[in-house]
Amino acid sequence: MEPFTIHTGVVAALDRANVDTDQIIPKQFLKRIERTGFGEFLFFDWRFLPDGSPDPAFELNAPELAGASILLARRNFGCGSSREHAPWALGDYGFRVVIAPTFADIFYSNCFQNGILPIRLDEADVDELFRRSQAGPYRLTVDLTTQTIRDDAGFSRPFEIDAFRRRSLLEGLDAIGLTLQHEAAIDEWERSHGVAQA
Amino acid sequence: MSTPRSLLDKIWDQHVVCAPDGEQPLIYIDLHLVHEVTSPQAFEGLRLAGRKVRRPERTFATPDHNVPTTDRRLPIADPISRQQIDTLRNNCREFGVRLFDLDDADQGIVHVIGPEMGLTQPGMTIVCGDSHTATHGALGALAFGIGTSEVEHVLATQTLRQSKPKSLELRVDGELAPGITAKDLVLYLIGKISTEGGTGSVIEYTGPVIRRLSMEQRMTVCNMSIEAGARAGMIAPDATTFDYLRGRDFAPKDFDAAVARWKQLASDPGCHYDRVEIFNGGDVVPQVTWGTNPAQVVGVDTTVPDPASLETAADRDSATRALDYMGLAAGTKIVDIPLDRVFIGSCTNSRIEDLREAARVVRGHRVSSNVNAMVVPGSGRVKRQAEAEGLDRIFVEAGFEWREAGCSMCLGMNPDTLSVGERCASTSNRNFEGRQGKGGRTHLVSPSMAAAAAITGHFTDIRGWNYQD
Repeated sequence: MEPFTIHTGVVAALDRANVDTDQIIPKQFLKRIERTGFGEFLFFDWRFLPDGSPDPAFELNAPELAGASILLARRNFGCGSSREHAPWALGDYGFRVVIAPTFADIFYSNCFQNGILPIRLDEADVDELFRRSQAGPYRLTVDLTTQTIRDDAGFSRPFEIDAFRRRSLLEGLDAIGLTLQHEAAIDEWERSHGVAQA
Repeated sequence: MSTPRSLLDKIWDQHVVCAPDGEQPLIYIDLHLVHEVTSPQAFEGLRLAGRKVRRPERTFATPDHNVPTTDRRLPIADPISRQQIDTLRNNCREFGVRLFDLDDADQGIVHVIGPEMGLTQPGMTIVCGDSHTATHGALGALAFGIGTSEVEHVLATQTLRQSKPKSLELRVDGELAPGITAKDLVLYLIGKISTEGGTGSVIEYTGPVIRRLSMEQRMTVCNMSIEAGARAGMIAPDATTFDYLRGRDFAPKDFDAAVARWKQLASDPGCHYDRVEIFNGGDVVPQVTWGTNPAQVVGVDTTVPDPASLETAADRDSATRALDYMGLAAGTKIVDIPLDRVFIGSCTNSRIEDLREAARVVRGHRVSSNVNAMVVPGSGRVKRQAEAEGLDRIFVEAGFEWREAGCSMCLGMNPDTLSVGERCASTSNRNFEGRQGKGGRTHLVSPSMAAAAAITGHFTDIRGWNYQD
């Protein structure tokens, strides 16, 4: 996994609550058996008109947001299905950070598996970021080493993150490899709980 | 005297493998269920790293999301769906995982077949790459959905990295009025605590109303815990649970000894919950969702709400957007909403009791000429049982389509989908935009409410139904 330390990028503001994983990546694109190539289908039903052309009314289609890498949204982002295709699509499209007041649990966890940093900020701070992002291309710097988020115009906030998850992202840790370092403990648990040994 | 512990505490404590400094704890996973959509990349990951499935005997797979619900003897028409199901078949063969394949009599929706075969048992930790894994908590298990990377992690290590979730007790006192179902109850609860009321938590459903629910009704309730944002939902095992499990294929050989163990799992009196919410079962009326998330729900005897009446700006904005998508005007009576389609099925409501409930409503009536209605049993076993009881004939004679088992139009990964603008009364779990087909409009209801809507062509209060039995 690609480590995450400091990232500066353009913010795409999606002023909606309860953005569910069916919107992030609709089900017709879940049939692929690869992890890659989902970016072109991100927010498909919102992004494209029935004739396949980009819908100019959809926020992310604004020309100045091409190349945006930080997604800003409202409460309960990523609710619904457990499909990891959602962070795969966000990452493949180019997002490295998602900022929202709250996230659904499974989506939040899936982000970390894919080098995407989900940041919970207070509702008031998220409001402030929506305001600041209205005036054209708006850039934020997200620093995981210091757990801060800042712009060039005086906005700076700390953010909370579980210490282990932070370390996993900073170092781009292989989760399974790390767990297998505890294989003796797993063996021992199985022995003491009557799980037949292979 | 030791500290009183909750059902969650007891299962959690028993499954912590280790909690190394500076890391999330590793918990042991007793049962891993696998389907075709969220597993191919996980098996591929194992293959690339040269890893094996650590406990193939604790891993069970079935194709359910993509499968056609029409004639199974024909090849699957969609080549990409076919490839995904072939991939599952090949992966199970290569890694030694038991597969209930398309032609297996026990194939079905993963959350239906787990309990019905007795794979799901009290006190277990259960995961699946599917958010509705919460269903299995109905039997007193800790069961939750995971992503594909975690599927790979569990395949390789039989463990999962998890911080202990918070506990949320939802207690339902009193009793449900006649005609009110488990589906109405859970939609009501979601409407009260919101789509994120359970975030970060495991819900334990308690109280006299929950105790009186049958095993399958409990599954309906736990199934939709994720729609309230919860990691899992669970109900302490009791005589209902033990009676349900006795004699099932994978039930423990020494069943009485297992029951003695399982009886210890119930939450101790006075145990701590991080949060407690108390409801009265008597307040629940038949529920119908009007919007595009499951908390946008009202009683059938009322009207589509006015967004302006909602408390927060975000709720008003969501409601306005939802009404626009749903093609509904505020103030419309719910019973005046006409329907094009009816879907009875999904891991929420496709078990034998659900089909009996729907068939009782349908008996002696005809499906409205404006409505296309279908019943999709949750598993091969449910289908055979329903046919043995003659339920299929009741449905077919009334004008319903009677299909093979699968997830079907709950999410429309197979050919069963809504067209743009079609309005559907559905017994499934999600009314998200486009969930059942791009531009489709989904209203979540109970099986009896869906059946009644199929007959009359619009939502109808089941409490006044003219039963012909």
